[in-house]
Amino acid sequence: MATSTYNGKTFTFKHGVHPEEFKDLSSHCAIQRMPFVEEYILPLGQHIGAPSTPLVTKGQKVARGQKIASPAGFVSVALHAPVDGEVSGIGLFANPSGQMVPGIKIRTDPYSTQKMAAVPVDLESLDNKGFINAVQEAGIVGLGGAAFPSHVKLAIPEDKKCDYIMLNGCECEPFLTADHRVMVEHPEEIIDGILILNKFIKARKAFIGIEVNKPDAIAALQKLAATSRFPVEVIQLAVKYPQGAEKMMITAILGKEVPHGKLPLDLGVLVANVGTVKAIADYFRLGQPLIERIVTVTGTAVKNPANILVPLGTPMKDVIAWSGGVTGDAARILLGGPMMGAVQKTLDTPVVKGTSGILILGNDLVKDITEYNCIRCGRCVEACPLYLNPSMMGLLAKKGRWEEMLDYHVLDCFECASCSYVCPSGIPLVQSFRVAKGILREKAAKEKTAGQS
Amino acid sequence: MTPYNKKLSVSTSPFLKAEDTTPEIMMTVVYTLVPVVLVALYYFGLGALLVILTAVFSCLFTEWLFNKPGQRYATLKDGSALITGLLLALTLPPGFPLWMVFIGGFVAIALGKVMWGGLGQNIFNPALLGRAFLQAAFPTAITTWSPPDGRYFSLRGTNGALPFFQGTNVDAVTSATPLARMKFDHLPTDSLDLLLGATGGSLGETCALLLLLAGVFLLLKKIIDWRIPLAILLTVVVFSGIVHLVNPEIYPSPVFMVLSGGLLLGAVYMATDLVTSPITPKGTWIFGIGIGVLVVLIRLWGGLPEGVMYAILLMNAATPLLNKFTRIRTYGYTN
Repeated sequence: MATSTYNGKTFTFKHGVHPEEFKDLSSHCAIQRMPFVEEYILPLGQHIGAPSTPLVTKGQKVARGQKIASPAGFVSVALHAPVDGEVSGIGLFANPSGQMVPGIKIRTDPYSTQKMAAVPVDLESLDNKGFINAVQEAGIVGLGGAAFPSHVKLAIPEDKKCDYIMLNGCECEPFLTADHRVMVEHPEEIIDGILILNKFIKARKAFIGIEVNKPDAIAALQKLAATSRFPVEVIQLAVKYPQGAEKMMITAILGKEVPHGKLPLDLGVLVANVGTVKAIADYFRLGQPLIERIVTVTGTAVKNPANILVPLGTPMKDVIAWSGGVTGDAARILLGGPMMGAVQKTLDTPVVKGTSGILILGNDLVKDITEYNCIRCGRCVEACPLYLNPSMMGLLAKKGRWEEMLDYHVLDCFECASCSYVCPSGIPLVQSFRVAKGILREKAAKEKTAGQS
Repeated sequence: MTPYNKKLSVSTSPFLKAEDTTPEIMMTVVYTLVPVVLVALYYFGLGALLVILTAVFSCLFTEWLFNKPGQRYATLKDGSALITGLLLALTLPPGFPLWMVFIGGFVAIALGKVMWGGLGQNIFNPALLGRAFLQAAFPTAITTWSPPDGRYFSLRGTNGALPFFQGTNVDAVTSATPLARMKFDHLPTDSLDLLLGATGGSLGETCALLLLLAGVFLLLKKIIDWRIPLAILLTVVVFSGIVHLVNPEIYPSPVFMVLSGGLLLGAVYMATDLVTSPITPKGTWIFGIGIGVLVVLIRLWGGLPEGVMYAILLMNAATPLLNKFTRIRTYGYTN
């Protein structure tokens, strides 16, 4: 790409914050495969959308990679057994969000070799519809954390056109290095995944956006992109949070904003996480559905930070124990990164499709925050990547004036938490916006049903 | 140790926090005021020290008095009352009676801050509100300026005046401020004197150089919004420059306008008060330009030689409206 305007430059979006990265803990750790454990818990709703419908009954023998639940509607995906074993229970289990949800428990067959009888998918025999169907049946969802069913994004309406496939390799959350390791260790699969996608999407070009704190990933992908038969360009992005937010990456690379209420596709862009694209390649080339994912186990209170290839459904406590356990200082355990991750109150919850990291913070990072009055310093305004006014919304939230917050576009907030991060007065800004959004949505739903009756 | 039997901390994200806290921001402002205070002591001696100590004590005492017993320590700790006390003192003449200083501090905190709901809730800059009260209540005392005379340890008799008495003005040496000399007698003052501070005036408005340095430091630390001082100073320079070109005989030069009086103290410390200035970039521009225009209007054509205080207070009043009407365009919206 000698003619590219992107060469050598670093791009970014306006605003944002610079939290300490903590990536050094695990960024050098090669991906290790986690051995099989005794029991797996697979919640039926590991994705956004309708939970899958179980296809197995208690006591039934299942094989590794076998479909155990099928999609319940279009915005839903299939679920597969991560091991050879026996269904030991179907019932309610704790999920990482702290709820009890329906799921399937599988007891591992201790005598199995766990070799998967997988066959590659014949791409040539597939049309567009067949391709989308295959992705859905493979159980593939966005592995960046949102767990949105990938086939829904790939089903491009006829009146729209996808010009650019944009791969998200930003991994802007502090601590997490799963995507980083995928890019360093599996660049071929990522480029191959782009080619597979493009067979059906027929875009003009692919971009891979990577923050410049991952030079080895940039180099690895750049090398392959140079010889790729489809134009693939690696874009260097500034290290800034939330650079990996879909809208922020699009704005950084294309210099355009995604209009309010529209999708990236309205700008001709399809965004996918690098890990997701690798999962797609694995399915079509090897026949392996989504039954495992890479999880970063890290934090200031973990003994051996690591990037681990974990079968889905592995209880968190087993993953932590296998990595080497925690230090006595452990005070807070999260799934996901420190900016948007979910705190855990039990370690019995399993690794699910959206689990990008298990983070164990020590007392050094768990501090009581004293809350002072808002001094209107405007740091939150300077931080918000969507140019919202968190200061004003925070004052309104404190007084319960939810409707007025609509005026300040609170519903556009995607909860990146930059405002709470910078607030010198320690005001729980994003936390109060979550509450506000919940209340406003509930109210809107109520009004809708009231209007219908 | 395993995590299984351990108590875990449970709350919602984010779990990382930038290091700056509100008390730290306030204390940084206080530290930048230390050199300004030292210069005031150098020029005006013990009298200045008494004025500063009284103002600070009065503000802290009032803050303590009007807060709920449980919160008293916390609100004192945020450092904002300390800043108000220091800034109020810096706007007063060195020979100002201490009992009046005390009342000024009381009014600044009680009517300027606590009444509105405490830190962050007030519309007007508390220190300037306190000074406006003093100007209205004691117009003679607040315009009696003693010159910087280098007598560090001798007291000005007026400092010790009892309530409702003029006090023994033993030395009775007074001098006009550069602005008053300009306004009423059309006498200019040497720019170097203005820069270094060897002129009559309030405690903190004499040494322009130090205020400029403090301003640059606060800008670099990103504690104050660069747009506000820049807008004020540019507006004053351009507006008074045009007027000066039209009639240099009557109207002072822009350099004099910037370096004299309370303009720099106001532009660096008062107008940039986080609480009482707009939060949106466009709003801060309008706010700063408004202050600049008002300062020039009051100084050149108003009845008073100095207008920084009223200019800032008037624009403080406009801040909620500016915040409302200069919304930032949200990402993805067209306007």
